[in-house]
Amino acid sequence: MHRTTALQSCQTLQGGLLLFRTSFFTMRVTLFVPCFIDSLYPNVGMAMVHVLERLGHTVEFPENQTCCGQPPFNSGYWDEARAVAAKQIAVFKDAEVIISGSGSCGAMFKVFYPELFHGQPMEAEAKAIAAKTWEFSEFLVNKLGVTDLGARFEGRATFHDGCHGLRELGTKLAPRELLKHVKGLELVEMGEAETCCGFGGTFAVKYPQISTAMAEVKCNSIQETQADYVISNDSSCLMQIGGWLNRNVGSIKCLHLAEVLASR
Amino acid sequence: MTALADPPSQQFQVDANRTSSDSPRRAAVRRALSNYKTARDRTGATFTDWKSARAAAATIKHEAVNHLDQYLEEFEQKFTARGGKVFWASDSKQARDYILNLAEAKGVRSIVKSKAMTGEEIHLNQALLEKGYGVVESDLGEYIQQLKGEAPYHFVFPCMHLRRDEISDLFEKELGTAKTDSPEELTMIARRVLRRAYIEADMGISGGNFIVADTGMISITENEGNARLTVGLPKIHVALIGIEKVVPRLGDLALFLPMLATAGTGQHLTGYNSMYGGPRQPGEIDGPEEFHVVFLDNHRTRLLADPEQRDALHCIRCGACLNVCPIFKNIGGHTYGTTYQGPIGSVITPHFRGLEDWKHLSGASSLCGACTETCPVGIDIHHHLLHNRRNAAAQRPAAGEQLLWKAFTFLMKRPALYRLATKFAPLGSLLHPLIARTMVDPVRSWTETREFPEAPLHSFRAQFKAHRRAHASTSNLGGKQ
Repeated sequence: MHRTTALQSCQTLQGGLLLFRTSFFTMRVTLFVPCFIDSLYPNVGMAMVHVLERLGHTVEFPENQTCCGQPPFNSGYWDEARAVAAKQIAVFKDAEVIISGSGSCGAMFKVFYPELFHGQPMEAEAKAIAAKTWEFSEFLVNKLGVTDLGARFEGRATFHDGCHGLRELGTKLAPRELLKHVKGLELVEMGEAETCCGFGGTFAVKYPQISTAMAEVKCNSIQETQADYVISNDSSCLMQIGGWLNRNVGSIKCLHLAEVLASR
Repeated sequence: MTALADPPSQQFQVDANRTSSDSPRRAAVRRALSNYKTARDRTGATFTDWKSARAAAATIKHEAVNHLDQYLEEFEQKFTARGGKVFWASDSKQARDYILNLAEAKGVRSIVKSKAMTGEEIHLNQALLEKGYGVVESDLGEYIQQLKGEAPYHFVFPCMHLRRDEISDLFEKELGTAKTDSPEELTMIARRVLRRAYIEADMGISGGNFIVADTGMISITENEGNARLTVGLPKIHVALIGIEKVVPRLGDLALFLPMLATAGTGQHLTGYNSMYGGPRQPGEIDGPEEFHVVFLDNHRTRLLADPEQRDALHCIRCGACLNVCPIFKNIGGHTYGTTYQGPIGSVITPHFRGLEDWKHLSGASSLCGACTETCPVGIDIHHHLLHNRRNAAAQRPAAGEQLLWKAFTFLMKRPALYRLATKFAPLGSLLHPLIARTMVDPVRSWTETREFPEAPLHSFRAQFKAHRRAHASTSNLGGKQ
């Protein structure tokens, strides 16, 4: 009895602090919307805007951002990647925090920019960008301390861990913590949650046979959960998973975490 | 091996086409490796702290690899003091010639081998067979692969891709034995052949899991007892070992033996763990009369000279990175066309056999990082694949690809031009279905097996602008009222 009361008051205190932080502690948040999300999945970007604005933060989107430079970087063309990256570093220089809706492009900022500029004149700037970049779910849970966004979404869903988010950034619990608080959502873990979907950027078109075989393994695991939705914090993985599902299954929908969190 | 004339990169594509569409085989390999994962996770959990154990192992290997000269010479001194002989082979030819000359000088006729990937690396069996020696592989999996005339499929589980009935058929064809579905009977068939081979052999050849510097011994871990018989029965023994296998102290094995077993097979320890310190000593009742250790460089020092990727020499060949690799699981071991398959093979093969011919293996990865995550000695495997890609592009850029990335860079450095280009995305989406999956489809290698998403009419930036405008007008309105 005693413990329960203590726990309850703890929770109330926590709730109060959260309310305090979310209502008075507003930030200027700079969105990094990767190029393919800009063109192919604009709803994901807008969902992030809605979620962040509802929390009272000021969202800005620098018009001059383009691509993080990961495609040439992963292909081995680091000079070209550096030229593109240098532009983004200039664009985001004055940001307070940078939020990425893709674990993969976020990892480019956070992990690979410092390596790309190691020993180069812009090393310090690259490191500064890395230090203030957050993956969307990590920012909500670990920077803002928010887990319940008052979202409501009816359905059975499974979560796909994008490899870059999972292994380069270490994001595993944050998206699940957020989804746990979505009313109406039933989250079922799949067996192959941490298995790569086979996207891998240019890999997907250079080795389409291997990439597709990997997608098949992933999607079979998704189907085993009998989920209606696959949710991920990375739209690039969802492009691959959705591409395979739409061709072969049809009934399972892909959603970015932000889209679920923005639902009411 | 088929179509030898094709460069390795083309052969890889062809083989990957075949293996990635072989669903039953893929499913069987996946099942086997999922059992492995269950066992490994269970055993790994019995370590007080697997993470610290990994860090400690990486530190020890770092020390060993960065002082190779010192530790290998320490081994040589201790080992030769007991009458053993050490030969330093710079390349595979030197190693092969040393063993061939030794066999000839000693009048050897038949040889029994226990599992040694270094033997595969220098094509030792082929060289011995060409000279007329009888050679029998004594590891069960290796023996099966030898009968089948195939290279090992996986450097720890050589015949993991074969079903029981396929092995039974192979034995029936090659040994004339009756068909059986019992693993025990199949093992007994091989055992009968192998027992004879140990007794007949004049020479035994093995690899080695660890070179222990401070005691001058080599450590061999195995599950079948075949290595013990290979070392113990013939009069002459040769251990062919890569120079990177060294650890400074005997005490280091207290960590490495359980670690290798856990990461490799999910066992606490392998069934047999032996230490060999040289030939039979006065008063000893068994062991070979001559014991030779061949240290194999074969371009390992080239890897050593690369500070960025030197940690790839930490590898203890546990095979864990193969076991978790989604590429390996879908294309299998033979597709790589290398002695060392899987992620670690894709890292080191370009160093051993040339970047130009083997860079494609570093490209054939989604860079998911499961390999690095599982590696017990903390090798930064998937980032090294990235480094190989960078080195390959710098060494000899592919003309078409370089042009593509230059054009890409040109566009991405010019936000206004980029914005203009994205305005055409919806139009592209509208027209794409007309050519999708045809020869002129620019994203055909995607659309052949997957749907390509359609670009909505309004990009994010357009929607965000509209959202801002709406927001501004409502707040202005609010201000006036």
